[in-house]
Amino acid sequence: MSTPTMTSDAVAQEPVLEKVRITDSTLRDGSHAMAHRFTEAQVRSVVNALDQAGVEIIEVTHGDGLGGSSFNYGFSAVDDIQLVAAAVDEARQARIAVLMLPGLGTVKNLKQAHEAGAQVARIATHCTEADVSRQHFKAARELGMETVGFLMLSHRATPSKIAEQARIMVDAGAQCVYVVDSAGAMVLGDAQLRVQAVIDEIGKEAQVGFHGHQNLSMGVANSVLAYQAGARQIDGALLALGAGAGNSPTEVLAATFERLGVPTGVDVQAALAAAEEIVKPMVSRIPHMDRSSIVQGYAGVYSSFLLHAERAGARYGVPPHEILQRVGEAGYVGGQEDMIIDIALQIAQERDLGDVQAAGVR
Amino acid sequence: MTKATAAIVGPGNIGTDLLAKLQRSENIDVRWMIGVDPSSDGLARARARGVETSHEGVDWLLAQDELPDLVFEATSAYAHRDSAPRYAEAGIQAVDLTPAAIGPFVCPPVNLDVNLSAPNVNMITCGGQATIPIVAAVSSIVPVEYAEIVASISSRSAGPGTRANIDEFTETTSYAIEVVGGAQRGKAIIILNPVEPPMIMRDTVFCSIPAECDRDAISEAIHAMVAKVQEYVPGYTLRADPQFDDPREIWNGHARVAVFLEVLGKGDYLPVYAGNLDIITAAAARVGDMLALAKVGANA
Repeated sequence: MSTPTMTSDAVAQEPVLEKVRITDSTLRDGSHAMAHRFTEAQVRSVVNALDQAGVEIIEVTHGDGLGGSSFNYGFSAVDDIQLVAAAVDEARQARIAVLMLPGLGTVKNLKQAHEAGAQVARIATHCTEADVSRQHFKAARELGMETVGFLMLSHRATPSKIAEQARIMVDAGAQCVYVVDSAGAMVLGDAQLRVQAVIDEIGKEAQVGFHGHQNLSMGVANSVLAYQAGARQIDGALLALGAGAGNSPTEVLAATFERLGVPTGVDVQAALAAAEEIVKPMVSRIPHMDRSSIVQGYAGVYSSFLLHAERAGARYGVPPHEILQRVGEAGYVGGQEDMIIDIALQIAQERDLGDVQAAGVR
Repeated sequence: MTKATAAIVGPGNIGTDLLAKLQRSENIDVRWMIGVDPSSDGLARARARGVETSHEGVDWLLAQDELPDLVFEATSAYAHRDSAPRYAEAGIQAVDLTPAAIGPFVCPPVNLDVNLSAPNVNMITCGGQATIPIVAAVSSIVPVEYAEIVASISSRSAGPGTRANIDEFTETTSYAIEVVGGAQRGKAIIILNPVEPPMIMRDTVFCSIPAECDRDAISEAIHAMVAKVQEYVPGYTLRADPQFDDPREIWNGHARVAVFLEVLGKGDYLPVYAGNLDIITAAAARVGDMLALAKVGANA
C-alpha cells in the first residue's frame, strides 16, 4: 500500500489524503478512570456531544468490556446493556460499539448488546492469543455487526508476531485489526512498524487501527505515525479519559489530523467543547502522567491496573509504583488485576521480614 | 486383583497427562487411547506406553468385541455431546473432562460420593476444580450471595479445544460455582498468559460474605479444604492467608473474602507450571478410581 505524502501546506488544499475514522472510547476506556461508575445521564450527554461533533463510532462498555462488572475489575454503577441502549437511543448519526474480552465476556453478552442496538463488536485478546476470539468474531458477523479485533499490549510481541495474530483474527471475521498500545509503552517506531507488518500480512482484506495511551506522552504522535503507516481507524477519548495516563485525546487527534490535512469528519471546535464542557465537569480525576502511570509506560504494564494498584497500595501500605514495576517484571497481562493484590501482599511480607534483598529479586 | 478397563478418548495434553496418572492406578487398566489423526503425537506417546491406539475415533472403539468399563473423554464439549449417548447405550460409564456438562458435576473433595452411579459424570473445568472447593468451604460457614473466580494459566498449557470454545469454560465454571460451590450466583474468568518462563497456574477466589460473620471460622474452613485437595494435588497451595475486606456499598453492603491459590502440577506430561492440567486429570483419576472400585467390587 502506498503511503500518502504530507506537506505542510496540505491544509490549504482540497483534502486529498485518505480519511481516518476516529472511534471515541471515552465511555469505555474512560470507564477505568471513572472506576466504572458512569451513570445513564452521563452516557447520554457524552454520546449527544460526540454525535453532534461528527464522531462516527462511540464505544460504550465497562472498561474491561461486556461482563466486566466484577470484584476483580470493579462493579459497574449501571449495567452495560442499559448504558448501550441509552447510547443507541441518544445517537443520531453515530453507531455504538462494544468491547468484549473472550475469557471474561461471552457470545451471550454480545447478543444482548446487539439486541440493545450495538452495531460494532470489538473483540480484544492479549496480542499473542488471538485464537481465543474465533467463536466471537463468527457470532458477531452472524449478527451482522461490524467487527474489530484488538491485540492488547502489542508492545510485548514483535511486528511479525503481531501480523501473524492479526491474520488469525481476519480469517475469523475481523474487518479491522488494531495494534493496541495498552501500556502506553510504544516509543516512536514501535507503532508504525507493527501497523506496517499487519498491512503487509492482510493487505486490503481488512483495515488496520491503532489505540494509544499517554503514559509516555506518545499517544497522539503514535496515532499520526500509525496513520502514515496505513492505519485508517484510530481510537481517542475526550479529555484523554482512559486508563493509566489516559488515551490519545479525541479533541487533540481531531485538531492534529486537521492540521495535517487528514479528514476525520470530526468538528474540532465541537470536540473541544465536548471535552471541556461535558466531560470535564463529570470527572473527579483527569488522567495525567504521574509517577505510577509513567512507570506503567516504562515497565509495559496494562494501563487499567493503575487504580487497582493505588487501592492495593493503600490497603497494604505499599507504594503503587512499586507494585506496578513488579507487575511489569512478572509479565502479567490484561485481566490479571487479582495479581496486583498478590504482589502487594508479597511486598508487604518482604517488608515485614525486613528482607531488603528479596524486594528486588522476584 | 481385577481392574476395571478404560479407554481415553482424545490424545491431547489432557489425555496424555491423564494416561500417566491412570497407569499408576491399582484399580484401572487403560487399554485404549483413541484419536482421529493418524499422525497424532499423543497416539504415538500412548503406544510407547503400551496402550493400543486407533485414529478412527469413537466408531472404532465401539465396534470392538471387548468394550471398556470406563471411558475418559478428553476431546471437546462438542465431540462429547455426540459421543455421550453412544457410550451410555453401550453401557460404558463416562468421565467427561470437557465442559460439555451432560452428567452431574463432580469435584472430589466436595461431592464425589453422591454421583458414583451416574452413567456420565463431568469434571467441570480446570479452573472449576481449582476454585470450587474454596467456594464450597466458604459457603459451608456463611451464605455466599456471589462468588467469582479468576483462573490464570500459561498459554502453553491451553490446547486448541480450550481456545476454540473459551465461552464453554466461563459458562460451565460459572454454573458449577453455583450448583457445586453453593454460591447463589457465580462468575468465572480465564486469562491466558504467554510470559516466559511460563507462569504457574494461579487462581483467585472472591466470595461475598455477610457484613457480620465469623471470619476465623471461614479461614479455618479454607485451610482445611486446601489440605483435602492436597491429598490428590500436592502442589495446591495458598499464596497468603485469606484476605478479608470490610463491607462496601458497591458490594451490596457485603464484606469479601479473597483467596489466592497456586497450583503447581506434578509434571506428568506437561511441565509443572501446567497445574491446570494436573488438577483436572488428578481429579478425574480420583473419580475414575472410585468408579472402578465400585465396579470391581460389584463384579467380585
